[in-house]
Amino acid sequence: MITLSGFVSQLLEIILALALAPLLTGWVNQWRAWLQNRSAPSLLQPYRVLHKLFNKESVVAESASPIFRIAPYIVFGCMTLVCAIAPTLSTDLPLAPAADTIALVGLFALARVFISLAAMDIGTSFGTLGARREMLIGFLAEPALLMVLFSASLITQSTSLANIVETLAHQPFAIYPSLVVAGVAFTFVALAENARVPVDNPATHLELTMIHEALILEYSGRHLALIEWAAALKLFAYSCIGLALFFPWGIAGAGTPLAMLVAMPVLLAKLAIGGVLLALIETINAKMRLFRVPEFLATAFLLAVIALLVHVLLGA
Amino acid sequence: MTVGSEPGTYRQWVDQAIADGAVLPFGGFTAATVARSVGIWLAAPGESNMEPCAASRCELVSGLGIGTIHAVTDDEVFVLTHLDWILVLVGGWLGLGLLGIAALRHTDFVARVLFPVGAAIALGLAAIALSALFDDPETAVLPLGLPNLPFHLRLDGLSAYFLLVIGAASAGISVFAAGYFRQGEGTPPGLLCLEYHVFLASMALVVLADDAYSFMVMWETMALSSFFLVTANHRVPAIRQAGFLYLLVAHIGAIAILLCFGVLQANTGDYSFANMRAQSLSPLWASAAFLLATFGFGAKAGILPLHVWLPEAHPAAPSPVSALMSGVMLKTAIYGILRISFDLLNVQLWWWGALLLALGLATALFGVVLSTVQTDMKRLLAYSSIENIGLLFVGIGLGVLFNAYDMHSLSALALTAALYHVISHAFFKSLLFLGTGSVLHATGERSLGKLGGLMRRMPWVGWLVLIGVLASSGLPPLSGFVAEWLLLQSFLFTTELPNSFLNMLVPVVAAAIALIAALAGYAMVKFFGVIFLGQPREPKLAEAQDASLLERAGLIWLASGCVVLGLFPVPLISAIDRVTQLLIGTGIASTVRNNGWLLLAPTTLERASYSPLIFLAVTCLAVLLAVLLVHRLYHGRVRFAPPWDCGYPAQTARMQDTAEGFGQPIRQIFEPFIRMHRELPSPFDEKPVYHVSIEDHFWHWLYLPVARTTERFARLVGRLQQGRIAIYLLYSFLTLLVLLLVVVAK
Repeated sequence: MITLSGFVSQLLEIILALALAPLLTGWVNQWRAWLQNRSAPSLLQPYRVLHKLFNKESVVAESASPIFRIAPYIVFGCMTLVCAIAPTLSTDLPLAPAADTIALVGLFALARVFISLAAMDIGTSFGTLGARREMLIGFLAEPALLMVLFSASLITQSTSLANIVETLAHQPFAIYPSLVVAGVAFTFVALAENARVPVDNPATHLELTMIHEALILEYSGRHLALIEWAAALKLFAYSCIGLALFFPWGIAGAGTPLAMLVAMPVLLAKLAIGGVLLALIETINAKMRLFRVPEFLATAFLLAVIALLVHVLLGA
Repeated sequence: MTVGSEPGTYRQWVDQAIADGAVLPFGGFTAATVARSVGIWLAAPGESNMEPCAASRCELVSGLGIGTIHAVTDDEVFVLTHLDWILVLVGGWLGLGLLGIAALRHTDFVARVLFPVGAAIALGLAAIALSALFDDPETAVLPLGLPNLPFHLRLDGLSAYFLLVIGAASAGISVFAAGYFRQGEGTPPGLLCLEYHVFLASMALVVLADDAYSFMVMWETMALSSFFLVTANHRVPAIRQAGFLYLLVAHIGAIAILLCFGVLQANTGDYSFANMRAQSLSPLWASAAFLLATFGFGAKAGILPLHVWLPEAHPAAPSPVSALMSGVMLKTAIYGILRISFDLLNVQLWWWGALLLALGLATALFGVVLSTVQTDMKRLLAYSSIENIGLLFVGIGLGVLFNAYDMHSLSALALTAALYHVISHAFFKSLLFLGTGSVLHATGERSLGKLGGLMRRMPWVGWLVLIGVLASSGLPPLSGFVAEWLLLQSFLFTTELPNSFLNMLVPVVAAAIALIAALAGYAMVKFFGVIFLGQPREPKLAEAQDASLLERAGLIWLASGCVVLGLFPVPLISAIDRVTQLLIGTGIASTVRNNGWLLLAPTTLERASYSPLIFLAVTCLAVLLAVLLVHRLYHGRVRFAPPWDCGYPAQTARMQDTAEGFGQPIRQIFEPFIRMHRELPSPFDEKPVYHVSIEDHFWHWLYLPVARTTERFARLVGRLQQGRIAIYLLYSFLTLLVLLLVVVAK
């Protein structure tokens, strides 16, 4: 049954995600600049970039097939659904039964497959290079993410994200060893999937080192704007999922719509701290050689499996 | 007379209709006579489909549902059951084959008339099987076979489900084949028609067989007819080799299956399945039967290490045959495993499940890693089939494991996942193989290194194969994802197993499954991207023609199957529930139905749920809103220009990634799995040649040593043949002496 409060909280979450995601990216960029002793762009710079890109004409290669032109929309749609089912403000989400954690991983995979196909569509060397690398990162990151989510599922006996967060938020404060290990694995996976240093430098201009950027080399105009926005949404979603799984306090439960008023500043505070930590990780680490990335992700995968085993052995 | 919509067997509805005195003037007396004669022929003496009836007038009630014609003449009532209709349809297939022989070289007649009729028969078969799934089991005894060993046939839930898979998938393949067989395939088209329809008929009869004799006869017919289909282009030596290897492994498997039936009949001499069900074997003999069945059916399915024939035979066969073999024939092996483990063997041991799990996992990992490094598009799909068969064995293994610990509802969940994957794989793998058939006919190329950019020349094939690629990668909201979702859900329950060792092992297995699914996506992106996207790597690709109308129809049928099975999982789970009820005694359909048709929730709604329709609706809504808002608030202008590629001026088609290059990261990570030989040119070659061959380790570890040992042993025995008649006379004399001594000693 869809209650009014459920509908409102769902709509609010989607709008909040769409509105705040570029802000999070801007915050991370600001802190990265300050930590590197540079003067930072404005906090609202990503919005200006999106506005500029939407105004520009979209230049498409002559040899492009329709996949190239529809992929940005599909990726954007997938990321919107991800943000809709990730409990940011409240666990009262009517859309939550439609997609659980396994479907969440499937959504990320769908977006990845489409963007890789779009990169291969033009048939340039960098596009296919980026596609190959993105699928490599994905093939190792996706099972690691799934196993992290499984650890949480095993503890809460549910695979629905809203249910997991609800259960974890209302339990007395306890440190679950499996969740600690899973949290480390989740950080590794989040760094890899969102194209952050040490896996991929989002601000690089050297094509041979690009992974995510190489996929979107051919895009311009509104297509590029949608992809950038989708990338910001992905980072927002990963941050919110991480916060919801490992620091769930403050998220409004089902049937308490006014608690969202408290949940909002709590979320902003948590995201701010998370953004600073992300910028710190990016500044301290150097980007890895591409051939080391499978090792990095395999470490994340093994940590996630260890988290599962810790849960099975210790029951916590 | 209204066709009732309430549940209940079809026979009850027919009886009620007769009691109501309903008459439909459908065909009249002629049809009644025909039905009566067919009914008499099919009912062998001793096994009667006839029931006495009180009515005395000649009424003909036509079953508009699925196939029971109820003819009342005098005071006998003939009921043609689902099984009778299925036998009629299978006979129709054989008739089509004979017509094909009569029109041996008339390609147009065979292709445009016979194959579409075969597709219609397949569709009818699927419909009847679907109806039979919700009905009671039916048996029949055919007056074929040896004098005291007639063919026993039985149509129960498991057979009906696999008949549904066979009928539905082969309908699309037959329609495609109607448009495909237009050029010389090395065999006269009429002969191909015969072999093809005998293949289909034997597969249908394999799943219907109720005793070991008819099972083995049909199994062998299936193997032989598919051998002839694989070697359709028999003038090419490589294809003959592939066919011979296939036949060899198939027969090794058949021997194991025969031995398994020998163990199952437990010295009673009665080889019917009903007798085997009644036997209770000791754990030792039951395990022996199970191991033999795993070996035998595993050889047909393509389990490690008996998989070597798959990557040879599937590329060698014409594409519709590859689709049929990969999408449908491999499932008969799954049927065999299910029939023997759950139906004929009364109890299961836990380590059987663990063995199937381990075998399936190894097979799946091996298959998917090798599929990512292939450079031939059909070999890539063949290895992908090996991977999917591995996943099926994992699901069945979990089912056996849970059943051994009496966790029946969880076993039903695992089996439901496996059975869902059966039908889903049948559709998307057939679609992919048929797509490669279209590409092969359009370009003449099988190697991935010579294709590319076909999306613009062949949009129909491209878009439909994209659906197959997305389904094969297990992406929501298509059918591959539902099966994977159910399988992963059943893994989440395994922590409740009493055995702590298994409890620890299973999260590792779940992680491996996730890894395999991700790698499958990698292989599929490579497959689609290298063939259909990018720039054409050969100039002749510019003349590629799109698929013909019949080919498109077949592809559309299979693609819509992938979509429908992905968006509407609940009705299919109700159907699969009948099979799990038969095999285990319970099913998940009641809990699933409780949660409505929109959501798939196998246990409780809070525990796990997935709604593909809402998923698709929300994503499409987001996409539409994005399109509308962007075009309204900003603009939708597009300018076409040459590709940017970071400003590099000279771009050729050779600059994009090759298939080999795309697989290079996987090759580097999984180096021990792959045996690769490369010949690199030196800088001083006048005509540099680059040669790479990727081989299977098992060929060198297992098959070549076995072949060498066999040859050595045979040569040893061959020393008996000295070639001189004096020696042979000496043999006869010595044998006579020995026999006389034996007789005297007695």
